[in-house]
Amino acid sequence: MSTPAGMEPAISVTGVDRVFGKGRKQVVALQDVDLTVADGEFVSLIGPSGCGKSTLLRLVADLDTATSGDLRVFGKGVRQARLDQDYGIAFQQAGLLPWRTVAGNVELPLRLHGASAAMRKARVAELLDLVGLSDFAKSHPDQLSGGMQQRVAIARALAESPRLLLMDEPFGALDEITRERMQNELVRICAETGAAVLFVTHSIPEAVFLSDRVVVMSPRPGRITGIVDVRADGLVGAHDRTERARDEEGFFRAVAEVRSLLHGTPMPTLAAEGLEK
Amino acid sequence: MTAVDPVAAGRVTRPRLPITEVRWSTVLAPLGLGALVVLGWELLVDRAEIEPFILPAPSAIWEQVTANAGTITDGATVTGRNALIGMLAGAVVGVLGAAVAGTFRFVDQMAAPVVAALAVIPIVALAPVLYSMFGAAVNTGRIIVAGVSVAVPVYLNTLRGIRQVRAVHRDLMTAYAAKPLQVIRTVTLPTATPYVFTGLRVASSLAVIAALIAEYFGGPIGGLGKSITSSAASSNYPLAWAYVSGAIVLGLLFYVVTLLVELWFSRHHRPA
Ligand SMILES: Nc1ncnc2c1ncn2[C@@H]1O[C@H](COP(=O)(O)OP(=O)(O)OP(=O)(O)O)[C@@H](O)[C@H]1O
Ligand SMILES: [Mg+2]
Repeated sequence: MSTPAGMEPAISVTGVDRVFGKGRKQVVALQDVDLTVADGEFVSLIGPSGCGKSTLLRLVADLDTATSGDLRVFGKGVRQARLDQDYGIAFQQAGLLPWRTVAGNVELPLRLHGASAAMRKARVAELLDLVGLSDFAKSHPDQLSGGMQQRVAIARALAESPRLLLMDEPFGALDEITRERMQNELVRICAETGAAVLFVTHSIPEAVFLSDRVVVMSPRPGRITGIVDVRADGLVGAHDRTERARDEEGFFRAVAEVRSLLHGTPMPTLAAEGLEK
Repeated sequence: MTAVDPVAAGRVTRPRLPITEVRWSTVLAPLGLGALVVLGWELLVDRAEIEPFILPAPSAIWEQVTANAGTITDGATVTGRNALIGMLAGAVVGVLGAAVAGTFRFVDQMAAPVVAALAVIPIVALAPVLYSMFGAAVNTGRIIVAGVSVAVPVYLNTLRGIRQVRAVHRDLMTAYAAKPLQVIRTVTLPTATPYVFTGLRVASSLAVIAALIAEYFGGPIGGLGKSITSSAASSNYPLAWAYVSGAIVLGLLFYVVTLLVELWFSRHHRPA
């Protein structure tokens, strides 16, 4: 805590275990997980279903408690970080309140934390502009497409300009086209806000395109099997990326690396494998 | 910079009552059946020469309705007023009670047997006791009877609604470090709202029935219930039936209004 502000990592996870249930029904969701996300860094979690990605994210968000180990957010305990509202969060389901308008949903955190009406109004306009939904401020969530709902949820997560964003498969329910557009928008938003992001996904290209580093996990027990530094593969940092990064050689190299880690096979020769997807 | 979904841009953004989706056949079919029944009734009474004290003809009842429209409306106003006040008070009690029971488990456990008992005993049976408690000159007893009949279904439905809060919404509130009262206001009550109004719709006819039947046991005159008993006692059966028709219309009115309110409040709650 003696380190100057900005030098603390956004997230630091040390030796974390999470065990659900007891006795014969016991499930080790996470075992001995160590992970650091630097301030402003974009880190993705990828791995097969049930390997504990959501569990790890929920631990960081203090929505669940670790069985053992230490979790810190900007150097504070996770509970304190939650009470201080140090992070914004977006879930796999948009989780909008159906009885509130789009504007009402976006301003929810501001309202809960006592921001003035004028300040809320200005901020909501700004955020809706950011996610391209200004025309839908007065609509209700049931009048929006799934992709639009997800964008509202992202705007809500950004409402208080958090320095850390936690996102659990936010684009999971979207079609490929909307998905790529949302990825581009997310890169732009992160560049504008400079936030650190912990991002859960099932898609290798998505993880590689968005991230500075991709953390690969394996199930039963959930643990980290490897970390791919996308920047080391020749891509620019996540904040400076453009759509064109998807066609660069470094992108395919990183995709191949993540894939071989996921399948637990040694790195294949690049040329053949890399162009598959 | 950012693209707006072209498909969605053209969509209607005004909230609509689902009532607009009701087809004519669903309204006309029961009306047709009703007309047939009335016609058959008229013919039956006419052909079989049934005495009016057993069953008066619809035409005779209608004559009484038109001749006594004023008193029937007055009676409906008195009974309707009792039912309405009772319903509103009962709804408030039911919702508040459910909010407390939904927040504290032990309250729910303590209240469960009482509510179950209240749900099975016919509340109107309390009317005579209440008349002696509050005096037979006031409507208080009737309002209480209507209120208790409403409070129970509203309480049970609201409690069920409170339990429907989605896990994402609960997580969201935790993530925002929302205070318990904020959680109730922001997520719990809005989730429960459609259930509250379902309870209220179910209870609306109960309120009318309770307010009406309570009049049979005494209290001030002027309501429909009293008018039914007194015209039956003076053997004016068509008139008694005319008051019964007034009661039917009153019950329907309560039902339809609460139904519309329910539809309005559930308009955004269609499964996403
Ligand atoms: N509340 C819980 N109670 C019991 N077991 C749980 C609970 N939450 C998660 N688990 C178990 O922990 C393991 C990891 O779950 P988690 O949801 O973190 O997986 P995931 O990596 O997010 O999977 P997916 O990609 O399918 O979302 C699973 O085996 C799951 O059954
Ligand atoms: Mg998950």
